[in-house]
Amino acid sequence: MITDRLRSMLRRPGAPPSPGLPVAPANHARAKASSVFDKEIVTSRPSRGLEQFFAYVRGQEGLTILDLAGASQDNINFITNLGHRLYSEDFLRTLDDSFRKDEDQDDAGKIDQFLRQNLSFREEQFDGVLVWDVLQYLSPALLTATLDRLRAIVRPQSYLLAYFHSNEKSRQVPYYSFRIKDQKSLLLAQRGLRTPVQIFNNRSLEKLFQKFESVKFFLTKEQLREVIVRR
Amino acid sequence: MSSMPFKTPEPDSTRGQASIGKAVKINGQIYSKEDLFVDGDVEGTIELAEHRLTIGPNGKVHSSVKAREVVVLGNIQGNVDASDKLEIRKDARLVGDIKTARIIIEDGAYFKGSIDIVKPEPAKSSSSAAAAASRPPVAPAAPVTTQGVPVAAEVKR
Repeated sequence: MITDRLRSMLRRPGAPPSPGLPVAPANHARAKASSVFDKEIVTSRPSRGLEQFFAYVRGQEGLTILDLAGASQDNINFITNLGHRLYSEDFLRTLDDSFRKDEDQDDAGKIDQFLRQNLSFREEQFDGVLVWDVLQYLSPALLTATLDRLRAIVRPQSYLLAYFHSNEKSRQVPYYSFRIKDQKSLLLAQRGLRTPVQIFNNRSLEKLFQKFESVKFFLTKEQLREVIVRR
Repeated sequence: MSSMPFKTPEPDSTRGQASIGKAVKINGQIYSKEDLFVDGDVEGTIELAEHRLTIGPNGKVHSSVKAREVVVLGNIQGNVDASDKLEIRKDARLVGDIKTARIIIEDGAYFKGSIDIVKPEPAKSSSSAAAAASRPPVAPAAPVTTQGVPVAAEVKR
């Protein structure tokens, strides 16, 4: 077990997971949501990451924020009431629609098509991106391309808020719809379970965001790592 | 978000509402001086300056839309300008940029695009109190309790 833990700590974010690691689905299809929940389970929790993200954009009006969780009434109300313009993308829904076969997420043509469909914005268009937990469901190739694209469409000095599950023993993790309750707390609507393609620790997250200026982590009780990334 | 189910609007000829049935396809510009219910296919533009536009569950609109109030149960691919209110119902699909004063979106609706909330200009005769009431609400202050535990320092490059 200690060996596994060590191996996981040393694993490069882009590298395929080593055999024997707890979260290592060979099959991307297994990363898709399971529909075990007929009803949403909604819980409220404080979010230091969210608080930090909005601390940076507070006091300014007319910013342009991209939300990758799809449209929700709470997020629309919160962000537009701050005087910002909101762009909405249902990233995971399109991910599931776009990549149906196991190997698709490694296909350069399909990755390019997916990004043109989802992140087709002009360079430095956004003042912040609410990425939520979508990055952990991407294959290494798709993840790298997505981060490059995100880096291109946000302005320098602006921020990304991303979440990563930190429990390396879990094969499946709760799959949430993230709704902003207020500046410091979230409503997490659990919609089922998904299997992350990759699990990240602090070191691999630093490496993942190495092209960005800074990375700041918060580890919560729910084994959710909140990450604030500065472009 | 309200958990009350929305009532599905039906075409209502008694209320001065025009209707485009689900077997109808229109290419071109539509301009209406009464409410309009679209359950067919429209390619072009739809403009109802002071009225309500409802896209029915079978409606497919590939055009820009301008109305006082827009209710979407079907599919719109195009920009929407709703001066008063936009409602995107469950199972509806809207791909385009939105400009409106108020927006209501149900869980299960698909939306891709940008949202610009444009507050209506206060009437010239209104008092300063009324003007203050029209300002966007300030986000409520949250309790200072924190369960999240910061564990790592910021990494600066």
